Amino acid sequence: MLLYEFFRLLWWALLGVLLIGIAVMDGFDMGTAILIPVLGRTDLERRVIINTVGPVWEGNQVWLILGAGAIFAAFPPLYGVAFSGFYLAMLLLLCSLILRPVGFKFRSKLDGTSWRGIWDAALFAGGLVPALVFGVAFGNVLQGVPFRFDEMLRMTYTGTLWGLFNPFALLSGLVSVAMITLHGATWLACKTEGPVRERARAAGTIAGLAMIVLFVLGGVWVTQLDGYVLQHFAGVDAPSNPVGQAVVHQSGALMANYAAAPLTWLAPLAGIAAAALAIVLLRGARHPVLAFVCSGLAIAGVIATAGLSLFPFMLPSSLDANASLTLWNASSSLTTLIIMTIATVVFLPVVLAYTAWIYYVLRGPVTGEQITRDTHSAY
Amino acid sequence: MDVVSLSRLQFGLTAMYHFLFVPLTLGLSVLLAIMESIYVTTGRTIWRDMVKFWGMLFGINFAMGVATGITMEFQFGTNWAYYAHYVGDIFGAPLAIEGLMAFFLEASFVGLFFFGWGRLSRVQHLIVTCLVALGTNLSALWILIANGWMQYPAGARFNLATMRMEVSDFSAVLFNPVAQAKFVHTVSAGYVTGAMFVLSISAFYLLAGRNRGLAIRSMTVAASFGLAAALSVVVLGDESGYTAGQNQKMKIAAIEALWNTEPAPASFTVVGLPNMTEHATDYAVRIPWMLGLIATRSISGQVAGINDLVAISAQRVESGMQAYKAMLGLRATPNDPTLRAAFEAHVEDLGYGLLLKRYTPAVVDATPAQIQAAAWDTVPPVPELFWTFRIMVALGFYFIALFAAMFWQASARQLESRPWLLRLCLWSLPLPWIAAELGWYVAEGGRQPWTIDGVLPTFLSVSSLPAANVALSLAGFVIFYTVLAIVEMYLMVRTVRRGPEDMMPLPGMQGHSVPHPAE
Repeated sequence: MLLYEFFRLLWWALLGVLLIGIAVMDGFDMGTAILIPVLGRTDLERRVIINTVGPVWEGNQVWLILGAGAIFAAFPPLYGVAFSGFYLAMLLLLCSLILRPVGFKFRSKLDGTSWRGIWDAALFAGGLVPALVFGVAFGNVLQGVPFRFDEMLRMTYTGTLWGLFNPFALLSGLVSVAMITLHGATWLACKTEGPVRERARAAGTIAGLAMIVLFVLGGVWVTQLDGYVLQHFAGVDAPSNPVGQAVVHQSGALMANYAAAPLTWLAPLAGIAAAALAIVLLRGARHPVLAFVCSGLAIAGVIATAGLSLFPFMLPSSLDANASLTLWNASSSLTTLIIMTIATVVFLPVVLAYTAWIYYVLRGPVTGEQITRDTHSAY
Repeated sequence: MDVVSLSRLQFGLTAMYHFLFVPLTLGLSVLLAIMESIYVTTGRTIWRDMVKFWGMLFGINFAMGVATGITMEFQFGTNWAYYAHYVGDIFGAPLAIEGLMAFFLEASFVGLFFFGWGRLSRVQHLIVTCLVALGTNLSALWILIANGWMQYPAGARFNLATMRMEVSDFSAVLFNPVAQAKFVHTVSAGYVTGAMFVLSISAFYLLAGRNRGLAIRSMTVAASFGLAAALSVVVLGDESGYTAGQNQKMKIAAIEALWNTEPAPASFTVVGLPNMTEHATDYAVRIPWMLGLIATRSISGQVAGINDLVAISAQRVESGMQAYKAMLGLRATPNDPTLRAAFEAHVEDLGYGLLLKRYTPAVVDATPAQIQAAAWDTVPPVPELFWTFRIMVALGFYFIALFAAMFWQASARQLESRPWLLRLCLWSLPLPWIAAELGWYVAEGGRQPWTIDGVLPTFLSVSSLPAANVALSLAGFVIFYTVLAIVEMYLMVRTVRRGPEDMMPLPGMQGHSVPHPAE
């Protein structure tokens, strides 16, 4: 295998790992935020829910920041096209992401019911909107989005905000919301006690079932969608430039990789099976941590399913199929990919180690008594 | 307004807004680590209460810093897509490494800082606080490596096959002299901000005659830390100016409103009214020799004037036209050796050629008048730079004086003896922020018309977006950020007014039912 080909494949896979990292780590606090109005009947219960993620959401959010940074560094054209193309959607995402930190920090600083009600709504939006927008974005990427390049490789995008919210993309958005809600519910089943925990188990069951049904529905729909086929291109180790490649539309092309490599079926199957297992474990109530692990695996399966369907495409163009971005034409230079790999190999294990230690220190459920006791320092 | 102006305005406003929170995070994190070290070594609980009190204010500020930081990262993609494509190969890596190495560290441990008091031993908690401070400072290091590369794009070259800049020498990007100087200058400015914050609020308590124990101790720490930081800001700011003198001659000339190259050593214009149309400075008050000494650290070094630098720019614009012409030719006949040689000879000036796109999209048909216009575009706004720089420097010297005075008072154990000095401390609260924002204006306004100095013009860096979308997002940011600023200020002021008493019962201060390992 050629060196450049290897590092491009590696970064394609690492990008998947990072997206899964975002959905698993930042996902459970988004899911938790979505569940605030559903599970928290009293202010104290809502504070308990918020404080389960209180000490960790800041660290989790770095997955998102790192994910964006890694796309920027490893696939710069993808960063530019996706972020500027989805301009208004990104803005919506950004606003909801800004509401989250301030919501956590500001909510319990004052006592007023309306003050806290506003921030509860802000936190709910801060969980729901990112989950929805990410899912909708995936739905659009699978279908291709309208952009083209000029001779200086300047990109023009011709879509609209409303065009992003097409039926298939909305379905993807709902899959994402259901999956993130399930994940939040399994987290709360681990970190709370009493009635909140019971409600979390019930909510998780509903969200998990919804996720499985919607995901299967999406899978059936995908077989009918127009996909893209890369007919010829400059090569797996050629300089990153989409000019000179030939791409055609083809119905059912999103299923081609599954036909070619049957092992890839493991991804969607893992998504469904792990979600089902998470529901069973939630019902049993004895192993909430295992349920949390299973919902994490379900997320990994769903995201891997989307990535494998697209491979080698990263962002197909519905306007000019030949402008489509693949991992072969949208990556950074070999030098940059190697530098990034070294940085990841050195720092990611350290990050994972201290993250694990922090969760160990913070182990155990959050209770109403703790909140009442530390009422000034708790969220 | 067009997309370029709107995008610049949006980036500038959101960056300046973000930097209201960053310097305080930088400074307070270190001050918290200092205070907690004293607590752990002496075992006096008042120091722990100080960490908790200042930590509460730190937390409100930190949340805003995190929230507004996401906007900055996203905007490189949303509003500066061509920039992302053109330099992402170099610029993206420091941002990603910042996340991996620094931001994870500070954001992961900041949660334990607030929630770990009852769960960690004293030493463990101190380590957590130190890691937050370390992460914060490392984060500044990486972002300034990225920013330093925009000022002085070392270690990169243009790749014709990919139509973008690519890394040729990553160590040159890492050990960029501009980045090094800017890092220490910026971080020290953050320490000054943190120290002033603690100093002012402590002065507020002393003037009100409350929380004396906490205020006097806090003030003593802030005065000594602030004095060291203020000295380092000015000394390392000078270092920053010196490296800019080596690498960004136009920026230095514009800051000093030095229109014509003078016989060495050049005189320093203290005040005056730079005139952009006459290319001269009216009513200038000059000190002989001084600029030559600062900028070149010698009596023989010459400081280039704007008029002469524009003449050089004009030559480079013409050379850039040649590069652009060869580039177009190579697209048709990629293996032509003459074109290849011509391209290699002029590629260093390609960015100057791109400046012509504002006047003629084809570039190669530029008239002499258009070349002159493009060359004059390389001059940043002189009067603005001249004045912002001077106010910043004056504030820097003021900080040294104020911290020195307070340090003296603290050493003599007379912090409360001169109420006017305390009032001065109180009213000086906003000044470090003003100095920092002015400093960023000098650094980034002085970089114009480039996003990447000499490589990529700002007007080409933007995304191809409808102006209406950017106007909408800009309006959205202004409204949203204003509301958040009001809420944040309200909470800050409220927390300060209520003071540390409001945190009671703190674990350990009034007895507690649950045993705390930290005791």
